[in-house]
Amino acid sequence: MRDVPTPLVLLRGGEKVFPPPGPSGRPVHALGPLDLELRRGEFFAVVGPSGCGKSTLLELIAGLSTASRGEVAFEGRPIRGEIPDGVGVVFQEDASFPWLTVRDNIAFGLKRLPLPADEKTRRIERALAMMGLASFAASYPAQLSGGMRQRVCIARTLVTEPKLILLDEPFGALDQQTRLLMGDEVLNLWRKTGATVFLITHALDEAAMLADRIGVMSARPGRLIDVVETGWPRDRDSRIVEEEAFGAITARLWRSLRAESMKSLGHAGAAA
Amino acid sequence: MTRAATWRTLLLLGAVAALEALCLAGVIDRITMQPPHKILIDLWRLLASGSLNRAIAKTLGNAAAAFAVAMALGVASGLVIHRFRRLRDTLDPLFATYYAIPVFAFYPLLIVLFGLGDAPQIFIGAMLGVVAVIVNTLNGLDRVPRVLLKTARVNRLSPLQTALQVTLPCAAPFILTGAKLAVAYSLIGIIGAEFIMSNGGMGYEISFAYTNFDNATMYPLIVLILLVSITINIVIARWEKRILARRGLA
Ligand SMILES: Nc1ncnc2c1ncn2[C@@H]1O[C@H](COP(=O)(O)OP(=O)(O)OP(=O)(O)O)[C@@H](O)[C@H]1O
Ligand SMILES: [Mg+2]
Repeated sequence: MRDVPTPLVLLRGGEKVFPPPGPSGRPVHALGPLDLELRRGEFFAVVGPSGCGKSTLLELIAGLSTASRGEVAFEGRPIRGEIPDGVGVVFQEDASFPWLTVRDNIAFGLKRLPLPADEKTRRIERALAMMGLASFAASYPAQLSGGMRQRVCIARTLVTEPKLILLDEPFGALDQQTRLLMGDEVLNLWRKTGATVFLITHALDEAAMLADRIGVMSARPGRLIDVVETGWPRDRDSRIVEEEAFGAITARLWRSLRAESMKSLGHAGAAA
Repeated sequence: MTRAATWRTLLLLGAVAALEALCLAGVIDRITMQPPHKILIDLWRLLASGSLNRAIAKTLGNAAAAFAVAMALGVASGLVIHRFRRLRDTLDPLFATYYAIPVFAFYPLLIVLFGLGDAPQIFIGAMLGVVAVIVNTLNGLDRVPRVLLKTARVNRLSPLQTALQVTLPCAAPFILTGAKLAVAYSLIGIIGAEFIMSNGGMGYEISFAYTNFDNATMYPLIVLILLVSITINIVIARWEKRILARRGLA
């Protein structure tokens, strides 16, 4: 038998159906069926039309919700609603704690880790600097912009150095320039820690620039309709946007997505 | 000071001044009411003589105990009730009608249960306040954003850690609202109980002074209770305001 490494995450026939909201409502088929494999150490991006089930997929992988059908396995062990150790999530919504300063927010996830105090301090300082928050360490989230709050949440997740980092549109509230620079920081961290990254984004260029593989999802219920291998070297940064292949990848993503996006907007016949 | 606050202060000062004038002019006779400046002088005299120190300490000590019990029991029950939907649905209507119960009517029963000491008084004070704390704690817990609970789960916090590190801090402004009510209810419960059946405490002294036409003791004690209650309320309100300001809500 050939020695195939177990993928970090394996999703087989994963589906999510939400129960009807009220007695007269209908169940919402949000996702799948969908097969997905996250290889150890890869950078996987997901793009898909709004409401297609991307966040739902992320919650299945994180163990935050249970699949209605199908199976999710983390390191070969099935997960059913419990969170495996070593998973970090940055949510789409603002998840900063309004009663804690920026520094205490970032320190939150470190509290439970058995690390020496000076190592914790070092990581916090580095994260503050990396996310451009150093001069706001003593501020409260309410005093920050939406993009800065999102950076607080990214920092809070990154300092714990998870094995699997799940990012749900983390740069959504950032301008294009900051977005590119933050992308570089995530790439740096990914390289340095050897973590596996799963990134949801609505920006095709961001997916094309950061990922090893890009999954394209259909309109709801979301299925994978294409997986694009970018073939970028591990040692890359945002300057990759100048490459010829970059344009080709973005174009391919858009071709797959155009019809689906129109479907999700309700333009039924427009796909033809 | 804002305009409204200025008007409020003027209104209160005006009321006190009017009272002073009516008392001095003899419209309100001395057996009914003392002029405010006299009450303050009497209060100072009472505190300086120390003759009522034991009564004051007993009342404030019992009220503090009732408050502590109401807070601990209220917040803990709030957390438990919030976790169990069924329990919540069962209890919610009871909370809504709770303040229709005249707790004092049960005082004879409580004496049978707890004896004549401080216990029945503390029990009444705590029972009056606890539901206000539960209701406000639940109100705060209902408003904790789901994404913060998910964050707690991703950080693999236990239910207790989640409560202490996420949900309770998040609900803190609401819990403080409950605390303000619990302060008032504790004092009402303790002093009311002392009025009805007790041989010590400020409530007892007020009622004793009343039956003896001793206005020089009665009014200063009433004012002292007012001052204590209002001061604690202001301190909690300040705290609440600081928390809300941090969250950009005040
Ligand atoms: N808890 C829930 N209960 C019922 N329906 C839900 C729930 N969560 C999501 N949905 C529905 O499932 C579908 C997919 O939602 P999801 O949030 O996964 O989409 P998304 O791809 O992340 O969208 P966006 O790009 O806007 O973030 C939507 O139709 C949504 O209304
Ligand atoms: Mg989403």
